[in-house]
Amino acid sequence: MKFLTTNFVKCAVKGCQSSQESFPLKYEECQLVQEEQEYNPEFITHMLERLDWNAILKVAHDLGNDRLPPNKPENLDPIMEDDQAVLRDLHTLLLETQIVEGKMVCGNCEHIYYIKNSIPNFLLPPHLC
Amino acid sequence: MSVPSVSIEKGLDPESQEQDYVHTIYNEIASHFSQTRYKPWPIVEKFLKSRLDYSVGIDVGCGNGKYLGINEKLFIIGTDRSDGLIECAQGISSNYNVGVADGLNLPHPDNSLDFAISIAVIHHFATEERRIEAIAHILSKIKSGGEFLIYCWALEQENSRRGYKEGDDQDILIPWVLAKKQEKKPKQPRRRKQPSNEVVEKDDLKPELNVNETPENEPETKYRYYHLYKKGELVDNALRTKQCTIVEEGYEKDNWWVIVKKI
Repeated sequence: MKFLTTNFVKCAVKGCQSSQESFPLKYEECQLVQEEQEYNPEFITHMLERLDWNAILKVAHDLGNDRLPPNKPENLDPIMEDDQAVLRDLHTLLLETQIVEGKMVCGNCEHIYYIKNSIPNFLLPPHLC
Repeated sequence: MSVPSVSIEKGLDPESQEQDYVHTIYNEIASHFSQTRYKPWPIVEKFLKSRLDYSVGIDVGCGNGKYLGINEKLFIIGTDRSDGLIECAQGISSNYNVGVADGLNLPHPDNSLDFAISIAVIHHFATEERRIEAIAHILSKIKSGGEFLIYCWALEQENSRRGYKEGDDQDILIPWVLAKKQEKKPKQPRRRKQPSNEVVEKDDLKPELNVNETPENEPETKYRYYHLYKKGELVDNALRTKQCTIVEEGYEKDNWWVIVKKI
């Protein structure tokens, strides 16, 4: 499961949909691997525009990364050398960082979802459906 | 020689029916099923290639993920109720973004995605109420103005091998013949089969005997539940969610399809 995916998933429990605590999920006991992906700076700049940066910061923190800028980098230009470095870093973080094992916990209902072999499982037990 | 479809007992509990005749079966046939699912349907391919560059969408009931790599400028999260099929998808490409999820309890923020597809999935829900609920639930995840392509098997397929037609029972069990008993763990699926010029449903073709398989293995038939959509029914179901308008609709290769736009 790519880091980027964490910006588009939340607790599947319907009652948690309106809770601020159900997104992003809390990531615990995660094992990460870096997996090389084709670098496309356009992809990163476009994704960046729509990302919930606070959620990115929270998940990065959960995974032990507190080095991200507190505010979302804006107007990055792949031609500028300084911007290139930022885009490369974001590419590495968002697309190349895979969570292969771990737990995702809802901050509202505290249900634990598991990631195994890079596959997150969001199925709910009957009492939460 | 094909194995005939059979009718399903009426009045089963919808969730048990889906468990017994959809979820369990897909896990049992996952590896074999995945090998037959590699050719994209033209309407789906066209829909995905016409999305805005770098938009984000979901493929609900993505199976082995055959639509996840069609357009590299999109970010698509594919989910399926069958962990067996999701393992197949992961095995085909570690670049796919996949997860195991229930179509009625999707793990995405409401109103957050640009588009959705659900190909040959909604027809597995046991009741009309649940089929409409599934469409409404998927719509709830996409943004206002976002488009959603739905594809369901048609009752009207008189010109094809199965020959279902108007007036036939719409709720049936479709056989899948397995060449041999599946191992518990699905085998690593092949990346690509030989290119083929036609889209074929291989569901009940007589399994080819593989020299690697011992001849004493009897073919095993598994039945999946389908609701066969009749003309106009898919559009009707979509409109009854009261969350969308119809953009385009049609019939292609034994299936009804519709593109709806979220209000």
